[in-house]
Amino acid sequence: MLIRGARVLGRAAADIVIGDGVITELAEPGRGTAAGRQVIDATGLIALPGLVDLHAHLREPGREDAETIASGTSAAALGGFTAVHAMANTEPVADTAGVVEQVWRLGREAGHCDVQPVGAVTAGLGGTRLAELGAMADSAARVRVFSDDGRCVADPALMRRALEYVKAFGGVIAQHAQEPGLTREAQVNEGVISARLGLAGWPAVAEEAIVARDCLLAAHVGSALHVCHVSTAGSVEIIRWAKSKGWRVTAEVTPHHLLLTEDLAAGYDPVYKVNPPLRTATDVAALRAGLADGTIDCVATDHAPHPAEAKETEWAAAAFGMTGLETALRVVHEAMVSSGLLDWAGVADRMSARPAAIGRIGGRHGCPVAAGSPANLVLYDPAPLRLVDPAAHASRSRNTPFAGMKLPGQVIATFLRGRPTVLDGKLAGR
Amino acid sequence: MNRHLISAADLSRQDALDILDTAEELAGLAGRQIPKLPTLRGRTVVNLFYEDSTRTRTSFEVAAKRLSADVINFSAKGSSVAKGESLKDTALTLQAMGADAVVIRHGASGAPHRLARWVAGSVINAGDGTHEHPTQALLDAFTIRRRLGRVDGLRVAIVGDVLHSRVARSNVWLLHTLGAKVTLVAPPTLLPVAVGSWPCATSYDLPAVLPVSDVVMMLRVQRERMADAYFPSVREYSRRYGLDADRLALLPGHAIVMHPGPMNRGVEIAADVADSPRSTVVEQVANGVAVRMAVLYLLLGGGTAGAATGDDRG
Repeated sequence: MLIRGARVLGRAAADIVIGDGVITELAEPGRGTAAGRQVIDATGLIALPGLVDLHAHLREPGREDAETIASGTSAAALGGFTAVHAMANTEPVADTAGVVEQVWRLGREAGHCDVQPVGAVTAGLGGTRLAELGAMADSAARVRVFSDDGRCVADPALMRRALEYVKAFGGVIAQHAQEPGLTREAQVNEGVISARLGLAGWPAVAEEAIVARDCLLAAHVGSALHVCHVSTAGSVEIIRWAKSKGWRVTAEVTPHHLLLTEDLAAGYDPVYKVNPPLRTATDVAALRAGLADGTIDCVATDHAPHPAEAKETEWAAAAFGMTGLETALRVVHEAMVSSGLLDWAGVADRMSARPAAIGRIGGRHGCPVAAGSPANLVLYDPAPLRLVDPAAHASRSRNTPFAGMKLPGQVIATFLRGRPTVLDGKLAGR
Repeated sequence: MNRHLISAADLSRQDALDILDTAEELAGLAGRQIPKLPTLRGRTVVNLFYEDSTRTRTSFEVAAKRLSADVINFSAKGSSVAKGESLKDTALTLQAMGADAVVIRHGASGAPHRLARWVAGSVINAGDGTHEHPTQALLDAFTIRRRLGRVDGLRVAIVGDVLHSRVARSNVWLLHTLGAKVTLVAPPTLLPVAVGSWPCATSYDLPAVLPVSDVVMMLRVQRERMADAYFPSVREYSRRYGLDADRLALLPGHAIVMHPGPMNRGVEIAADVADSPRSTVVEQVANGVAVRMAVLYLLLGGGTAGAATGDDRG
């Protein structure tokens, strides 16, 4: 395959030559050797390394009404992703080698992108005893990221042991930082909006207290902590401090926390209900700055599909979560690139290289767009400005908070080891 | 007027005065021999109550019947709601039956907002979770005006569990709109952390506030708050924030004592205070009917022929 005239990382145009799933040559535009290869005209398009999501809920097994691995990875490919970490809060929970291998195998069979299962930290997400982390690590799925996401590993002794235990196989604990005692029945960010709407508050301190505790625990036992979906300015400060100590702490931010604020809850439409909740404009600014300066390592979608009935209800009864795979790059474009905080090389770093490294899949994903790298690529047209239409999404669920918003850009093509998974903005057949 | 009455915060000063003035006219009706107006004949008002509240439901029912509307009581118990039907499906059912107005009481904040998306008729909030209870605030303002002649410029203390009180929220917004100076009095645990964003003052000291209050409004305190450590004990709460005869004496001579009911006698309000001539508790109940008649009249009457079909009446 020959991709003609793509602006690699948004810089000068080049021809990208692909053979046997690997980038074989990066040539001056027009100089790439066609030699019987399929040619794709990428004039005006930006070429980025295939995106890597550290945090998606693909819902299978158990909630195939909301999403399947096939539909979720279709959404991922359409969003420019070539690898997705599938969170463990399925039914049954991904807390055994059997379940993680099933998820991994279903991902391979669907073929839209690589699915890297995340294992549960505690059995059944129960928060009381460790799951068989080693068995999951040794399985065919080669699990390295462990998370009880959706729930916090609140018990400090258990969190310490988890951090220690995964050192044996180079794992990382991805924490959903939420002190449960401070967030009973919590619905929205605690502040002006919660006071006015009469909804129970989810205070920033409930996240920050756990982030601080876990940074200290990771330092104490010399292990690796990853903080999921950082949502507050205070968390950014704490992580910045922990990194300044040289501790092995990484962090992610979601696209929605980079763009949306708590004010959207004012009409009580649960499409804006998410955990952690949307915060204030001050928090959004701090998250953007943290992502720009590298304090926050990466963008992760926290793609959380839900069936319509889980959202067409009173706020308090509605499910937490938003879809995000198909809009992530466009939202990052709007929040980070259009605002001048990141260039496209920065986007490639925060959405591909760094998440791949944190997910322990570097070498296979997150590689530079250069000769010798696996041909995991996305071609992105930055020009269009279009309304987000959930009806057009490949996800089985429609709970996107960006519905009806105008966002820039469009993913034109995605390549997984040289094979197009998306072409002309549509899913490509195998 | 808007098509719905969901939040007191949505009412303009003129909207609120229209409701109070209309209620004043309608209040005269109670004294007539046949206390009924034909205004809403042929209209259907549904009382959709997800929480037990005999007093509020009855008040709306009497108000609607005095305007000759057909009233359907759709309570959660003994209906499809008890079988787990969603709010949306219930709304669509009411819509199909042609409800001109739905009066909703619900345990979830924002339920009336959701309902308003699914029905064409008017939605009247009869209390949603810990959000608002606008007709309670309107009847409180009506009661204040009848007793003290005005609301504008009065000093109103609202005392108690503000954090969980829909009555307090509605009153803060409405009384502010009507020009009163509101002070919230509560232990710090029972005030929202962002209470500073509200158009009112706050105090932790009830005895200091009483001498400079024209109206003191006591809120019901629920004993289960104790389990969540909002206060150490009912006795301590009562000592610090309850209104007894000694504290009543701190009020100016003209000041009135209000309570939205139901009261916890001996907790937030002493029995002799509740039964004193300065207490408006019983009047508030009576005034509730007139105010709810006014709301139904203004939302549904309006004089336009299209009202019954639920088209957009602005």
